[in-house]
Amino acid sequence: MLAKEKGLAFVLAGGTDLLVKMKGGFLEPDLVVDIKRIKGVYDITKSATGFRIGAAVPGVQLGENAALVKAWPGVVEGANLIGSKQVQGRCTMIGNLCNGSPAADGVPALIAGNAKVVVSGPKGKRTIPVEQVPVSPGRTSLKKGEIIEAILLPKRPANSSDAYLRFIPRTEMDIAVVSAAVNLTLDGKGTIKDARVVLGAVAPTIIVVPAAAKALIGSKLDAAALEKLAAACSAACKPIDDKRGTIEFRTKVAGVLARRAAEIAYKRAGGK
Amino acid sequence: MSGVHVTTTINGDAVEFVCNADEPLLDVLRNRLGMTGAKEGCGTGDCGACSVTVNGRLVCSCLVLGAEVGGAKIETIEGMAKGDQLHPLQKNFIAHAALQCGICTPGFLIAAKVLLDKNPNPSEEEIRFGLAGNLCRCTGYDKIVRAVQATAKEMRGA
Repeated sequence: MLAKEKGLAFVLAGGTDLLVKMKGGFLEPDLVVDIKRIKGVYDITKSATGFRIGAAVPGVQLGENAALVKAWPGVVEGANLIGSKQVQGRCTMIGNLCNGSPAADGVPALIAGNAKVVVSGPKGKRTIPVEQVPVSPGRTSLKKGEIIEAILLPKRPANSSDAYLRFIPRTEMDIAVVSAAVNLTLDGKGTIKDARVVLGAVAPTIIVVPAAAKALIGSKLDAAALEKLAAACSAACKPIDDKRGTIEFRTKVAGVLARRAAEIAYKRAGGK
Repeated sequence: MSGVHVTTTINGDAVEFVCNADEPLLDVLRNRLGMTGAKEGCGTGDCGACSVTVNGRLVCSCLVLGAEVGGAKIETIEGMAKGDQLHPLQKNFIAHAALQCGICTPGFLIAAKVLLDKNPNPSEEEIRFGLAGNLCRCTGYDKIVRAVQATAKEMRGA
């Protein structure tokens, strides 16, 4: 249906972005397809290869899944920061991703966690890394007729965990001014074997910062490593300048949040 | 635009209606079914005045389409009191003067009920986060929080 429509076609899952844009007159779709009757869209399944999260799973359902929260606390805390409890009853991670915002709270921890998405379209299915979906604010790499049917989170190695933090001027119900997700794997002695650091709201898309990960690998998260991590994060920022946060502020806070997120992830992964 | 025929359950009763494909559930409730408890504040999911539950999930009915709820179980403020017997939350909202103009009240009651169903003993912070999606321009929230705290205590039998 989506592929055949000549005009503007959209997928309706949670609707917390789409219906707002339609009501505001920002979008006038010719076709809206509700995907929530498709089998499996509400399922979170755990298998030998990791977790599969269906396209219509709302934020609140992620938080209720104890196994998912245990394995991917950063992913869940990011997704559960979106909007209010009412919005959580509907909003989906895939919708958050396809909305294409560089400030999307549901996305940085997915990228830090090397999550992939299953893209389904007229030519069949393909699996791509989450970071290849957004290309610029509001735009994705999906082709006409394609939808994302699920998110795949890999199986967790031992001694690994993640964390997500954002800065907002209010205490809740706001959009990230800066955000950071950190995913760490430690060896048995607490030395960081593998790391992935991701920043949100400091560039046209959510960005992976390899230099920040490099600063952590081989360390036990000592002060020098944290310092290098923060510096690498600040160096990677190319933020906008607006009333919610100046360039200088966003650049500085990116380093601070990455440091704090790294400390939380380290502790969760069993490091001391 | 052709009508969509929907069969659903509202407050335990089987309900049928025909609505436009792009018609919000809130408009269906208010304009087609005469259930005017849920209010339209913002229409964009920010204020929570239109809160209902769909299959147990707290949602803004302005951001749900009527056409989506076929076969669902919907609970609205109209189903909260059992006949003349008010729900403890409703009693405590009155006792604590947790409402003034009353527009936001149905939404607060629905959201507070979902909160207490999940967490019978919430901290003040948890109550404030749990109700962050409901805006009130009269009370300053304090009395609402106290009414929810009092209800939680009462319902725990303490």
